[in-house]
Amino acid sequence: MDWQWDFTFEVVLPRLWEAAGITVYATVVSFAFALVGGLILMLLKMSSFKPVSFVASEVIEFIRGTPLLIQIFFLFFVLPQVNITLPPLTTGILAIAIYNSALTAEVYRAGLQAVPRGQWEAAIALNLSTYRTFRKIIIPQSLPPIIPALGNYLVAIFKETPLLSFVAVGEIMHASKLIGSEYYRFNEAVTLAGIFFLVMSLVAAALVRATENYVKRSILH
Amino acid sequence: MNVRYSAIAALIAFLLGLAVATFSELRIFLPALLRGAAVTIEISILSAILFFSMSFIAGIGRLNSIRPIRWISTIYIEVFRGTSLLVILFWFFFVLPSFGVVLSPTQAAVLGLGLNFGAYGAEVVRGAITAVPKGQKEASAALNLPDWKSTLRIVIPQAIPIAIPGLSNLTIEMIKATALVSAVTLVDITFASVQQNQIHYRTLDIFIVAMVIYYCFSQLIRFGGAILEARMTRHLARPH
Repeated sequence: MDWQWDFTFEVVLPRLWEAAGITVYATVVSFAFALVGGLILMLLKMSSFKPVSFVASEVIEFIRGTPLLIQIFFLFFVLPQVNITLPPLTTGILAIAIYNSALTAEVYRAGLQAVPRGQWEAAIALNLSTYRTFRKIIIPQSLPPIIPALGNYLVAIFKETPLLSFVAVGEIMHASKLIGSEYYRFNEAVTLAGIFFLVMSLVAAALVRATENYVKRSILH
Repeated sequence: MNVRYSAIAALIAFLLGLAVATFSELRIFLPALLRGAAVTIEISILSAILFFSMSFIAGIGRLNSIRPIRWISTIYIEVFRGTSLLVILFWFFFVLPSFGVVLSPTQAAVLGLGLNFGAYGAEVVRGAITAVPKGQKEASAALNLPDWKSTLRIVIPQAIPIAIPGLSNLTIEMIKATALVSAVTLVDITFASVQQNQIHYRTLDIFIVAMVIYYCFSQLIRFGGAILEARMTRHLARPH
C-alpha cells in the first residue's frame, strides 16, 4: 500500500476541509427546499380537483422513477438553453431539492394518513376551526412518523451531494478528484472522503434517533 | 391496481417513444442511447445478483448467535450504508489498485453497487426475519430441527415474501444508481446522453428520452415485484 502522511496533512486535508463546507451547505439548503417543495407537491397531490392531483402524482412518480444524476444533467444543460443561467452549485441544489421533494411529499402524505379518521371527525364535531384542527390535533399526531423519515432523507441528501462533482461543483468528491488528477495520487483523497462521509452519516443517524426520541417524548406522553 | 396502471402507462410511453423515435430525427442519437441502455441492463443484472446475495448473507449474519459473525455483518452494513456510493465506486476503481487489486470498470461498478445496496438490503431482510412469528422458531426447536435447518427451511421461506416490497424498492433505487457508473469510465445511458448532447446539442430530446428509458425500467421492476409478492402470498389469502 502506498500512503503518504505528509501529503495527507499538507495537501489533502486542507483542501477537503474547504470542500466539506460546500458539501454541508449544499445538503442543508437542498434539504430546506425539499421540505417546502414536498409540502407543495403533497398539497397538489391531495387536491380535490382531479386534474391537478392526477398531474401532481404522475410528476412525483416520474421524478422518483428517474436517476438524480440525469436530472442534474438535465437542469444543467437545459436551463441555459432557455436563457436561465445559474451557477452550477445553484443548479445542483435545485435538482437535489426537486428530486427529494417528490420523496418528502410521500412522507408527509403517509404521516397525515396515519392520523385516524375519527380525529378529523371529532375535530369537526367539536367545531374547531381548520387552523386549530391542524395546529392542535392533526400535526402533533402526524409528526412522530414524519420526523424520523425526514431525518433519513437529510442523511440521504448528504450522501447524494457527491453527484454534484459531475457538474464541477467544488464539493468534497470534486476536490478529491482534482487532487487525484493534479498529483496523480487518489489513495489519500478518496479514502479520506469516504471516511468523512462515514463519520458524518453515523453522527447524523445518531442525531436523527435522538430527535425521534425527543419528539416522541414531548408530543406523545 | 395502481401498479398495473403505471406499468401500462410506462409501456405505452415506451411504445410511443419507439414510434416517434423511428419516424423522427431521434434516429440520430437513439442507437447510442440504446447501446448505453444495454450497459445499464448488464450492470443492473450483475449487481442485482450480488445485491440479493449480500442482503441475505449479511441480514442472516446480523441475527446469528455467534458474535464475530454478527460483528462482521454489522460493520459491513454500517460502512457501506454510511459512505456515499460515488465515493465507493471511486475507491474501488482508483484506490484498490494500490492494494494490488486491479478491477475492470465493470467489476468495480458491480462490486460497488452490489455491496452498497446489499447493505441496505440486509436491513430489509433482517426486518423481514424478525417479522416471522417467534412460534415458528420455537416449533422447529420442539421438532428437534437443528438451528441452521430451521433458519433455512422454516424462517427464511416465510421472510422472503415480507422482504419483497422492500427489496423491489431497493432494486429500483439500484437501477437508478447505475447512472453513476460513468465515474468508472462505463458508457451507460446517462453518460451516452451527455456524449450525444455534446455531439448533437439536442439537449431536451436526448435527456427526455433517456429519462423515459429509466422510468420504464423502474416501472417494470415495480410491476414485477408486485406480481412476485402476489404469487408468494397467494397461499396466505386462503380462508381458514
